[in-house]
Amino acid sequence: MVAYLIRRLVAAFLILLGVAAITFFLLYVLPADPVRQIAGRSATAQTVENIRHQLGLDQPFLVQFGRYLAGLTQGDLGHSYLQKTDVGTLIGARLPASLLLMAGGIFCELVIGLTLGVIAALRRGSALDQGLMVGSFVAVSAPQFVVGLLLLYIFAVKLDWFPISGYGSFSNLVLPSVTLGILGSGWYSRMMRSSMIDVLRADYIRTARAKGLGRARVVLRHALPNAILPIIAMIGIDIGIFMGGIVVVESVFGWPGIGQLAWQAIQRVDIPIIMGVTLVSATAIVLGNLLADLITPFIDPRIRLR
Amino acid sequence: MKKWLAGTAIALTLALPAVAQDDTLDPNARPGGGIIITYKDDVATLDPAIGYDWQNWSMIKSLFDGLMDYAPGTTELRPGLAESYDLSEDGLTYTFHLRQGVKFHNGREMTADDVKYSLDRVTDPATQSPGAGFFGSILGYDAAADGSAKGLEGVKVIDPATVQITLSRPDATFLHVMALNFASVVPQEAVDAAGGDFGKQPVGTGAFKLADWTIGQKLVFEKNADYWREGIPYLDTVTFEVGQEPIVALLRLQKGEVDVPGDGIPPAKFTEVMGDPAQAARVVEGGQLHTGYITLNVTTPPLDKLEVRQAINMAINKDRIVQIINGRAKPANQPLPPSMPGYSTDYKGYAYDVEGAKKLLADAGLADGFETELYVMNTDPNPRIAQAIQQDLSEIGIKASIKSLAQANVIEAGGAGTAPMIWSGGMAWIADFPDPSNFYGPILGCAGAVEGGWNWSKYCNEAVDADAVKADSFNDPADPARLALWSEVYQKVMEDAPWVPVFNEERYTMKSERMGGADNLYVDPVSIPVNYDYVYVTE
Repeated sequence: MVAYLIRRLVAAFLILLGVAAITFFLLYVLPADPVRQIAGRSATAQTVENIRHQLGLDQPFLVQFGRYLAGLTQGDLGHSYLQKTDVGTLIGARLPASLLLMAGGIFCELVIGLTLGVIAALRRGSALDQGLMVGSFVAVSAPQFVVGLLLLYIFAVKLDWFPISGYGSFSNLVLPSVTLGILGSGWYSRMMRSSMIDVLRADYIRTARAKGLGRARVVLRHALPNAILPIIAMIGIDIGIFMGGIVVVESVFGWPGIGQLAWQAIQRVDIPIIMGVTLVSATAIVLGNLLADLITPFIDPRIRLR
Repeated sequence: MKKWLAGTAIALTLALPAVAQDDTLDPNARPGGGIIITYKDDVATLDPAIGYDWQNWSMIKSLFDGLMDYAPGTTELRPGLAESYDLSEDGLTYTFHLRQGVKFHNGREMTADDVKYSLDRVTDPATQSPGAGFFGSILGYDAAADGSAKGLEGVKVIDPATVQITLSRPDATFLHVMALNFASVVPQEAVDAAGGDFGKQPVGTGAFKLADWTIGQKLVFEKNADYWREGIPYLDTVTFEVGQEPIVALLRLQKGEVDVPGDGIPPAKFTEVMGDPAQAARVVEGGQLHTGYITLNVTTPPLDKLEVRQAINMAINKDRIVQIINGRAKPANQPLPPSMPGYSTDYKGYAYDVEGAKKLLADAGLADGFETELYVMNTDPNPRIAQAIQQDLSEIGIKASIKSLAQANVIEAGGAGTAPMIWSGGMAWIADFPDPSNFYGPILGCAGAVEGGWNWSKYCNEAVDADAVKADSFNDPADPARLALWSEVYQKVMEDAPWVPVFNEERYTMKSERMGGADNLYVDPVSIPVNYDYVYVTE
């Protein structure tokens, strides 16, 4: 187990190094000059060169990347070109909002997805089942930007149940979380359905039935816990999907998270911020996957980590 | 345009008390209350030496003051922190007499040393100010900009209430430069204390002070009770909520949760809003110092041929392009926008004439047309406008393929001179200050026609450049002879046809029902979207 963990952590480190190198290289060859963005349209050639030199952007790629890595080892994510603030501070200020939204999204996708999956499994083959499965397909395919605006229009503008946008209270969290969760709920309902169907066919369920237990008790106490377990491990992998989703959802709902930060930085070629958010997201994804793998043996003792 | 500060050679000897009386107070104004402004993007910085986007420009205006200022809602210069000034006979030395008793938000009194510090700071290469170049006419600028001297030789503190600024050449636009945000007066101790983060902890002398900034969420400006303009500002607070999509901001405005959507009315909703009399009544329309244009790279064959560029000028159906953006602009025929002094009212430009254009192309030996590329920024409505241009060009046989790219990439291609044609939408020139010279140097003059410059046509006519220098050597920016010379400069530019001027955008500011103040405050030419210092709420 310990050896496994060490091996995985080394791998995780190499993956992150690779992500950093590739992202840095892509931003380096990008046909857009960050210095011009900083210097503005009235800058003289001399001002532009001064700024380029001060930021070290006149150095070769390897020197720039080396300096960046050296900073990273000291926990320094760099300094935003345009906001003139430490990237660590900017991400730190926004990370809690993204984590909260992600937690809300996971909660929504699990509640919606699992409930619908169980219902579909119990009514297998019925019109309800088919309807739910078509619905889940729509949920998976619907663009989050559209879903977000639609929910916003119905529940915030027309019905006035929730605030249109903002951050800070529970009612603010509902619509963005649901928007984020709907995508995943489509996957989960399908997985839950097939997992549940497998379990319902198992011998122990027949035994439980034969003992004379009621249908509700069989489903809730015997089938459900066993059917859910394999799905829980999927949450870790979800984090990657969420990282993409929050960029969209945060911009629709004005949610002050790192997705919004990344989006604005990309538009302004603020390379240190783009690098910082990419690395933080990549770290979250790598850790999420690692966590999912570590949890699995506890859920299913047949699986051993080697 | 409107009234101009007449006779800059005459000292403004206004005997003003310590607290200036403001001649523009609104008798109907009711002090108190707060408003909410929304923006999509987070505010990058509030450091006046750094901030250079149209979002933080007006915010910085309300937090800081410079020696000069503009009368609210106009392009009329008026004294700011300088109570008056004298100009020497040779037009090279300005002596500014500072207003007494003006306090920074930290309570300390502003003095001449602060003015010198601020100008030295903005031109110091270590500050990385995008506005440093504006101060090029001050004596000693070159030495300060390349780092060989610390501070500007031409800025001298005479006594705590007097600053003398010497220029290396006469510069008609100098007083406008002193009214730019970049020339704002900042206290050194606050800059030093912020340790490089002054943009997040701004301290100025302005009508508002920054009370709270929650990154990614909102900024709260609070009334500066000690503001030196008596009775100003009216509002107690201005709250800027960031991260709000324009469409969301509009919905919130309709619900009464927002007072002004800072990013304007989203194009998709424009017709709907203007079609509803109740909502349209709350939209203020005004001109802005903006021109949208197509650059024709004069160094790229066959655009190096004058006939070809003139033919393209005649081939573009500008009325149709204006329709594409719901009529939110007026067709243009010259680089300057109509509200800019020096605009040539009698100039007709190139009329839309497809047959004439074809003939010109044939004269140039290109009767069968040619293939070229049109670069465009990839956000709506620019690709749609590019398609209209493409279609117009195909009418005269020119096959233009559209390169739709992110803003930074288009700017890069323009600066490098690799783009034959660029539609300027989304990156178009909006004047830094209301003076005709501001539309020339960087975008049409030889100085901008360098690698990385903003003169994307790479147009350089030395005779016109000489006229431009002459026009800027006047002492009085509003001298009619000077404006006539500028008018001539732009007509000569149009003879060479390095641009197709397409339209001048109009501004539409939507406000909530409770907002008061003259309409021109909502389309203020220098404070976009609104002049926070002078607007008020009625409830």
